[in-house]
Amino acid sequence: MKISTFFYTIKQGFANLFRNKWYTLASIATMAACLLMLGVFYSVAANFRHIVKNVEEVVSFTVFFEEGITQERIDEIGRLIQSREEVASINFISAEQAWADYQKENFQDKAEELLEGYPENPLANSMNYEVFPKDVSQQAALKNYVLSIPGVRKINSLDEVADTLTAVNQLITYVSVGIIIVLLLVSVFLISNTVTVGISVRKAEINIMKYIGATDFLVRAPFVLEGVIIGLIGAVIPLYAIHKMYSSVLNFMISEFANLSKLLDFLPVETIFDFLLPISLIVGVGIGFFGSVTTVRKHLNV
Amino acid sequence: MRRKELLKQRENEFIEENGLIYLENVSKSYSTGSPALNNVTLNIRRGEFVFIVGDSGSGKSTLIKLLLRELTATSGNVWVMGKDLAKLRHRAIPKYRRFLGVVFQDFRLLNDRNVYENVAFAQRIVEKSPSEIRRNVPSILATVGLAGKYKAKTTQLSGGEQQRVALARALVNNPDILLADEPTGNLDPKNSWEIMKLLEEINEAGTTVVMVTHNKEIVNSMQKRVVTMRKGVIISDEEEGTYIDED
Repeated sequence: MKISTFFYTIKQGFANLFRNKWYTLASIATMAACLLMLGVFYSVAANFRHIVKNVEEVVSFTVFFEEGITQERIDEIGRLIQSREEVASINFISAEQAWADYQKENFQDKAEELLEGYPENPLANSMNYEVFPKDVSQQAALKNYVLSIPGVRKINSLDEVADTLTAVNQLITYVSVGIIIVLLLVSVFLISNTVTVGISVRKAEINIMKYIGATDFLVRAPFVLEGVIIGLIGAVIPLYAIHKMYSSVLNFMISEFANLSKLLDFLPVETIFDFLLPISLIVGVGIGFFGSVTTVRKHLNV
Repeated sequence: MRRKELLKQRENEFIEENGLIYLENVSKSYSTGSPALNNVTLNIRRGEFVFIVGDSGSGKSTLIKLLLRELTATSGNVWVMGKDLAKLRHRAIPKYRRFLGVVFQDFRLLNDRNVYENVAFAQRIVEKSPSEIRRNVPSILATVGLAGKYKAKTTQLSGGEQQRVALARALVNNPDILLADEPTGNLDPKNSWEIMKLLEEINEAGTTVVMVTHNKEIVNSMQKRVVTMRKGVIISDEEEGTYIDED
């Protein structure tokens, strides 16, 4: 292709945008609205998952041993658990530490007074491993494995917490995927509509091009370019808006709810944009491209 | 390169033998009704000026569409410039059409652009360089008598002038064949004659002209070859012929 033809095609692509400016604006606005919703939804979902993840990190189960077990066997069991992929970390709690924790939790500063006459550790058999799975949903499988290790007597865990967190995580994933699919379909429909209108507006010109001997590429490329530009602009606008909005909301939350900062640990805008920037651009440009290519193929029999 | 030369030589030999346009027992049927063309055989030699006449439904437009390779024949063969149009690949059609110029009754100009841009458009489509466009467009506009109106919007022109812009656009790429589908159909007698004069000049310069028309007066005055069609069949083909009425 000659350079002059290349520039002519680009010029025509931009000219198309202005020829049907109201349809172009409507398409950009809708694409931007869709990607804005995608961005907002993703930001909320990512933060929610982040907070859930933080909670997950403190959800653990406790592994107790059979009576009379040797310290070597306990260490071996520890190594076996630690070697599992699902395990984030394990923590050995000796019988003494377990007793000390129990006292602290139940008797507070009156321990010495209340425990007079109890010289022996009633939790002598309570040394245990506290196991933190990487993902709370893997807890059940991991527990089954640990129970099968010889020397392990029982496991204590908060199954309800684990189940709830797993369910919430799954719900977020399904809802995200569902909404994103719907938004993508709406965007494809809109781009396709704009290109169809563009083609009908330029029907006469396309006909003339056809008779003069224009190649398929020359006829189709400006429309595809038009779709790509709409997709690109439709992606950049919401990205800018989300960046501004997210920073403002974050600053507001930090200043207004400072006392909840430990529980509400939000992701920084950069982390959100690590995902959102490429995805929005790919989705915007991709929908613009495929939406226009399929429409042009359908309506432009050159 | 050698293969291309051989192919070109074979095409030239074919043209010498059968004409620049050669339809051999061509029929074209649409899904409903009787065939639009029925076993038509026609040779048009290089440099000829041929009128195709006939009433509505006689098959004239179908003939033009076959030559433009907008349609393909249901049976029979259509050769243009030695090329069998049925065997032309989809990708080769644009290149083939660059050897044809075409004008229509309704001009089909781009009304959002001026005269110069309408003609330059045809050159851009065939990927001429900007310098060639700057050279060729004024020259062809001068040929059709519109050199002074190159900046005018097409909507500001008379019917005759608009058809001249269409002619300039059809000719700027130096086609071998000019297909004119009722070019005077929307024009008054004065403008019609001006267009005919131009077509004659173009033909004298070497371009083969095939013109579909209803205009009896023009056909009878021009003393050119006249092919008369009726219900998809050629009923008469005369050198220096006249318009044959339906009755």
